[in-house]
Amino acid sequence: MTTPLVEARGLTKSFGSFEAVRGIDVEVHPGEAFGFLGANGAGKSSTMRMVSCTSPRTGGELRVLGMDPDRDGPRIRARIGVVPQLDNLDTELTVRQNLEVYGRYFGLSRAHVRAKAVELLEFAQLAERADDEVEPLSGGMKRRLTIARSLVNDPDLLLLDEPTTGLDPQARHLLWDRLFRLKQSGVTLIITTHYMDEAEQLCDRLVVMDGGRIVAEGSPGELIRRYSTREVLELRFPPGEQDPEPVRDLAERVEVLPDRLLLYTADGDAALAAAHARGVRPVSSLVRRSTLEDVFLRLTGRTLVD
Amino acid sequence: MAARVVGPLRAALLGVEAQWTWYRRNWRATAITNFLQPVLFLLAMGLGFGSQVRPGEATGGAPYAVFLAPALLVLTAVQNAMFESTYAVFSAFKWQKTYLGVVATPITPAQILYGRLLWIALRLLSGAVVFLGVATALGAVTSAGAVWGVPAAVLAGMAFSAPVVAFTATREKPEAFNGLYRFVLVPMMLFAGAFFPLDQLPAWLHPLAWLTPVWHGVELARGAAFGTLGPAAALGHVAYLAALVAVGVLLGRKYFQRRLAV
Repeated sequence: MTTPLVEARGLTKSFGSFEAVRGIDVEVHPGEAFGFLGANGAGKSSTMRMVSCTSPRTGGELRVLGMDPDRDGPRIRARIGVVPQLDNLDTELTVRQNLEVYGRYFGLSRAHVRAKAVELLEFAQLAERADDEVEPLSGGMKRRLTIARSLVNDPDLLLLDEPTTGLDPQARHLLWDRLFRLKQSGVTLIITTHYMDEAEQLCDRLVVMDGGRIVAEGSPGELIRRYSTREVLELRFPPGEQDPEPVRDLAERVEVLPDRLLLYTADGDAALAAAHARGVRPVSSLVRRSTLEDVFLRLTGRTLVD
Repeated sequence: MAARVVGPLRAALLGVEAQWTWYRRNWRATAITNFLQPVLFLLAMGLGFGSQVRPGEATGGAPYAVFLAPALLVLTAVQNAMFESTYAVFSAFKWQKTYLGVVATPITPAQILYGRLLWIALRLLSGAVVFLGVATALGAVTSAGAVWGVPAAVLAGMAFSAPVVAFTATREKPEAFNGLYRFVLVPMMLFAGAFFPLDQLPAWLHPLAWLTPVWHGVELARGAAFGTLGPAAALGHVAYLAALVAVGVLLGRKYFQRRLAV
């Protein structure tokens, strides 16, 4: 097995008396796309900031690229790329200048960053806006520029904290496409997200975080197999008329929502036929495959935690 | 070419380079205020108001404009330092958050501070040189010694800037800058011996003036212009101003670290 690019053992982070990360073990291997999945406040961003060597850890072991962030922070940062949750571009500079100025901080020559900027502008589909100021760009363009900027040092490891939050579907798909290309070219990705479709699209392996702890780990497919069923039958009823009792034994697990019943089962069509045979008459029904969202809600619950 | 970690000096110069990239796009607005304000002061106070002041013992025997010019050089630097050390730095922490981007590179929070202070020093230097040229053209400079006013102004400006930059790094909101302007900068400009000798004020106020970088800067600049500055006094003023810079840098390092590595 290859040496992990990131290795955490019992990693913790506290802000005063608040424990954001409560002892997590993580290994990320070269070439992997690794995801941290969790609700807001689950500890994903705190973890990312420790891995990116911008936030000192409170306790536990952490090695990034085989080095200790407390001692070798600058050397590690020279080889990683960071896409923060909130864009921190210099909005009074042009798109191109943002790339060039940032690249210089990595000790790269003017000629090198000039050429690199041209390449990255192409990659991020921003070549036409190269010499425009950043301020008036759309959210999707700024996000693409932030991702382009994170690649200016040809990083071995790219950390993306909620890369597509707040973007429209077109912008998200374009970003996914770019990230997929990076992955193909061998860049190791670590992504935090609370979008399940994003995790399924991009991640080879992921952990689900809840309350600063890791509650599950595996590939999207493994997690679905382990924590959900192959299919889900959704039965919709007028609110208040959903009664789980007649169908309770038709599925491994039945979840009652205000307007529907969710039947977790290996064969949704068979369960639907059986329900009909028992005289259950839903307003509508739907058989779908289980998704990571089902896993996530099962593991972390449906209650809003803020 | 592979990315690498640069040394502290190189890092500070890269900070200056980033600021210069910004300045090249935005110099017009700042240059006009930086240039116009001291010139207006020199015209109004030095030549206008000064025409009513008879040269005497208090003005070192010189016309008021000549008496005032070295002090205005220092005041200009301190005033420029005020803006450069508050809103400009605050924005990089809070509004644009550009510093949060820089700490994700090999650059450290302390190096960001060094780069910012070096940039401010260069801004003060260029402002002082321009002002000295204008003052000379307007006939307010009569001795070669006045050239020493430029380093004196930059040093006094940095003695104000470094602690203020450190203070800015502790702010979550910009409101405190108004107070700093009203209760520190303006009194310091008015009552620290720039427009009239300190002797005109009650003796109990003198120690307060002695605390300000303005008084030390004005003593240096005016003393050099009039040839009245002894070496011991000069050394004392320089040492005091340098100490303020050092305190500001030490505090700044601590507060930049605390703010940017959380």
